[in-house]
Amino acid sequence: MYFVVAGAGEVGFHLSQALLEAGHEVTIIEADRRRANFVQDKLGSIVMNAAADEGRAQMEAGCSRADALVAVTGDDAKNLVICQLAKLNCHTPRVIARVNNPKNEIVFKTLGIDETISSTRVLMNVIEQELPSGGFMPIMPLAGTDNEMIEAEIAPGTPPAGKTIGSLSLPSGALVGGVLRRGKLMHADDDTKLEVGDRVFVFGATASESEVRKALFG
Amino acid sequence: MNVVIVGCGRVGGFLAGLLDAEGHRVSVVDIASQNPARAERAWFPHLPPSFKGETILGDGTDLDVLRQAGVERADAILALTEGDNRNLMAAQIAQKIFGVKRVIAKVNDPVRAQTYRKMGIDTFSRTTILGTLLHAMLQDDREVGEVLIRKSLAHEEELAHEPVKAR
Repeated sequence: MYFVVAGAGEVGFHLSQALLEAGHEVTIIEADRRRANFVQDKLGSIVMNAAADEGRAQMEAGCSRADALVAVTGDDAKNLVICQLAKLNCHTPRVIARVNNPKNEIVFKTLGIDETISSTRVLMNVIEQELPSGGFMPIMPLAGTDNEMIEAEIAPGTPPAGKTIGSLSLPSGALVGGVLRRGKLMHADDDTKLEVGDRVFVFGATASESEVRKALFG
Repeated sequence: MNVVIVGCGRVGGFLAGLLDAEGHRVSVVDIASQNPARAERAWFPHLPPSFKGETILGDGTDLDVLRQAGVERADAILALTEGDNRNLMAAQIAQKIFGVKRVIAKVNDPVRAQTYRKMGIDTFSRTTILGTLLHAMLQDDREVGEVLIRKSLAHEEELAHEPVKAR
């Protein structure tokens, strides 16, 4: 796929590198000349030294044939306008904005940007959900669906310890995709017996998260 | 009329003064300077001393700051900061989230100005307005600029006679 990444800060740089390694085509737009040169030295000639919030630069970067544009500058207003311009002028089918102030998530949605990533929110989720119940953590939403992946560590004295996956009362639709036992990834099916210390990966509807938690921790 | 002005540079301060003198309720928002040692009024150096409206220190793209400035009962909002993107964001928040009827944003990039005008945000570009006016003045095209220049000279005259508040 073809991605345009607006902003070559730490986030933009590493995101682009990961996309390239995954075999995608990437163009980065970066306004600061020195930063653009630096990233070009590292990643090759895929960097455009231009302002990503200018319509002309987006055209030159090929936003009209891109599968997605990702705006990851440190400035929320800029990310908003970059995404809106790409949608309006280039008809880019998918635009994703980084949101620095979590309050702006709802603002961006109201203004037509459906996909936002807030690093503050992600960190808050990790902190809030990791602390109270030990090893239960919704790791990531499955893009474009209402499902998510959850990682949970089997604790002593909980319902699953020593039981098979088939005997757990997981909500309907939820499934265990794999088990990590002593650092080794194992295939998981209904007959797999869970041990204390196993890390299980559960896929299921985001709405049924609390039921999954109940099935694993009682 | 209740008016919120985001961005109190020369243009914002000038306009706030005009509206205030006409008896409108004006509140101006401008971002806080990094230097906390100075008095609040000093952040609004372009407001005339006679200004009776409200001054709010804060980011005009922040929902809470806009609420504090009275956006919920505003008849009009003008986004006049030096950043096109900030102006467009503040204007869209006012229009789409708070339902402000009259929304005007300064957008100096003509391409962005046109794109957002099509979306229903009233934008104007200093680049094209000033450029067009100067072009007309050079060509002695009286029709384009005369009213504008006469009016702005009159405002300048008023400003020059504002009493100075000594500290």
